[in-house]
Amino acid sequence: MTGAAGTLVGRRRARIAWTGPAGESSGIFTRYPFLIVVLLLSAFPVYWTFTIASQTNEAIGQTPPPFLPGGNFLANARRVFDTVEFAKALLHSFVVAGAITTSTLLFCSMAGFAFAKLRFRGRNALVLIVLVTMMWPVQLGVIPLYIEMQALGWAQHLVAVIAPTAVTGFGVILMRQYTIQAVPDELLEAARMDGCTSFGLYWHVVVPALRPAMAVLGLLTFMQAWNDFMWPLIVLSPQNPTVQVALSTLAAGHYMDYTLVLAGTAMATLPVLIVFAVFGRRIIGGIMEGAVKG
Amino acid sequence: MNSPADFAALSPSPLGPALRPRLPGIAKRALRWVDAAIAPYLYIAPFFLLFIGFGLFPILYTGYVSLTDRDLLRPGAETYIGLANFRELVGDDYFWNSVKNTFLLMVMCSVPQLVLALILAHLLTSIRRLRTLLRMGVLLPNVTSIVAVALVFGQIYSRDFGVVNWVLGVLGVDPIHWQAGDWTSRLAIASMVVWRWTGYNALIYLGAMQAIPKEQFEAAALDRAGTWRQLWHITLPALRPTIAFTALISLIGQMQLFSEPLLFDASPGSVSGGSARQFQTMTLFMYEEGFRLGHLGYGAAVAWIVLLLTFVVAAFAYAMTRRGMRAAGAV
Repeated sequence: MTGAAGTLVGRRRARIAWTGPAGESSGIFTRYPFLIVVLLLSAFPVYWTFTIASQTNEAIGQTPPPFLPGGNFLANARRVFDTVEFAKALLHSFVVAGAITTSTLLFCSMAGFAFAKLRFRGRNALVLIVLVTMMWPVQLGVIPLYIEMQALGWAQHLVAVIAPTAVTGFGVILMRQYTIQAVPDELLEAARMDGCTSFGLYWHVVVPALRPAMAVLGLLTFMQAWNDFMWPLIVLSPQNPTVQVALSTLAAGHYMDYTLVLAGTAMATLPVLIVFAVFGRRIIGGIMEGAVKG
Repeated sequence: MNSPADFAALSPSPLGPALRPRLPGIAKRALRWVDAAIAPYLYIAPFFLLFIGFGLFPILYTGYVSLTDRDLLRPGAETYIGLANFRELVGDDYFWNSVKNTFLLMVMCSVPQLVLALILAHLLTSIRRLRTLLRMGVLLPNVTSIVAVALVFGQIYSRDFGVVNWVLGVLGVDPIHWQAGDWTSRLAIASMVVWRWTGYNALIYLGAMQAIPKEQFEAAALDRAGTWRQLWHITLPALRPTIAFTALISLIGQMQLFSEPLLFDASPGSVSGGSARQFQTMTLFMYEEGFRLGHLGYGAAVAWIVLLLTFVVAAFAYAMTRRGMRAAGAV
């Protein structure tokens, strides 16, 4: 039973069971329960937001708390619109996130294309600078940025939220990587022979090829812009908020009215949840691919 | 003879006839020169102009603002006071308290987050059933906004109606006033950060793990190395650069921890980070000084110190990684 025979059996078993790094069968009984617990923990706070948002304050005060959604969501939502400028806030967030996404896609793909496919002096040094800006601690500049916005007359206006994040180093690097990968030089040469200017190359060759990467960047940018909080809180007023700022105003009342606050939170979270449900696989692909390259 | 138009007619063009040139000679040549010499800079200009205007300038300008005394409500009226803000800062107990809290929270947030992410990624690698569901599930926390996270966790940890206290009650533990205690409040805040970022880091690790050659695992499996030994001896060394990267990003992020402590406060609207400032971070302290009390110069001095500490932490993380890599190379 020992020696060669044992090893042989062991080997055969290992080969049959092989499905990945560790072999799925080797941990199937510990792996899935653990992952299901993680899944439930990940989903619970989101589920809980919607549960509390649809209850009454009396109901959530009970022991044990209600674990299923109730029927009071519309009433709570109405109170949200009565308490803060929520409709305006939603509109503002759509405008801000839409503008930032559009400009990010345009500027990052242009810069990415230039860095990937055009030759000019200082190119490599400039790419390095872009890389460094990815680690730039933007939040620490908020005080002078606020003074700057005041001087420009932009304080309290949406443009003050849009301008500082209208393009990101992360986006430029992502677009550059993808252009190198997805656009063969021969294609660009052929188009140049056709008399294309560099903008023609960008518009007719590079942009169509970049579509998948632009989708990922666009989704990530939209969600980030939608969720941004600190800078909008500083530069906008409660009368003229984005949706996250409106939520913080909602939570700053005299006492914590949880059904009210979480009804607002639910409505503010819904748009990103929809985006995530529809395009989630793409976003995950983007994050994992970034790791392989980076 | 061999004009571009002729060439295009011969070669199969992906673009079609609409794009063929119709410009006279001189204009064409001028355009071509501009296109080669100037156009590249035009494509990258928006990025650099916006970065200089709203990224570089503010951070540098912080240096000057920190040497002045100026009030939020009186824009333009400033006085140069030299290093007075920094001298005051050195003796400010509230500032040192925020430094202590930031570093405590940094450890409490980063370490569990990255360790859990690694384990999670390892368990996710060979999953077949429910693969997409599980991956989307672990990323779900990251797409919800920090504000939403902080508000719902505020409810979950609330003293009277919170789920956590209810569970503890079932287990026979008295209700805890999470927001009031030093460590309970920090633990609660750390749990929000860990919850929001673990899955995201796990996906980054998962992506990096897929680049490891499968043969290495096959060989290990044949040698009957168990799944955890494979993680330790194959995955971990291969992932070192990725781990270093995520650690750096996470540490820099935690230096700027702001929204969670701001919104977790038990008295709504307060920016002091708890009744005894038990969870006020440096960035929250900067916000309180600059935008609540209106001391823009003093707040800028805080920002400058945070910036220097960020560099120190980044250098430390870098050195640790180098050392870790060398140790791995030696083994």
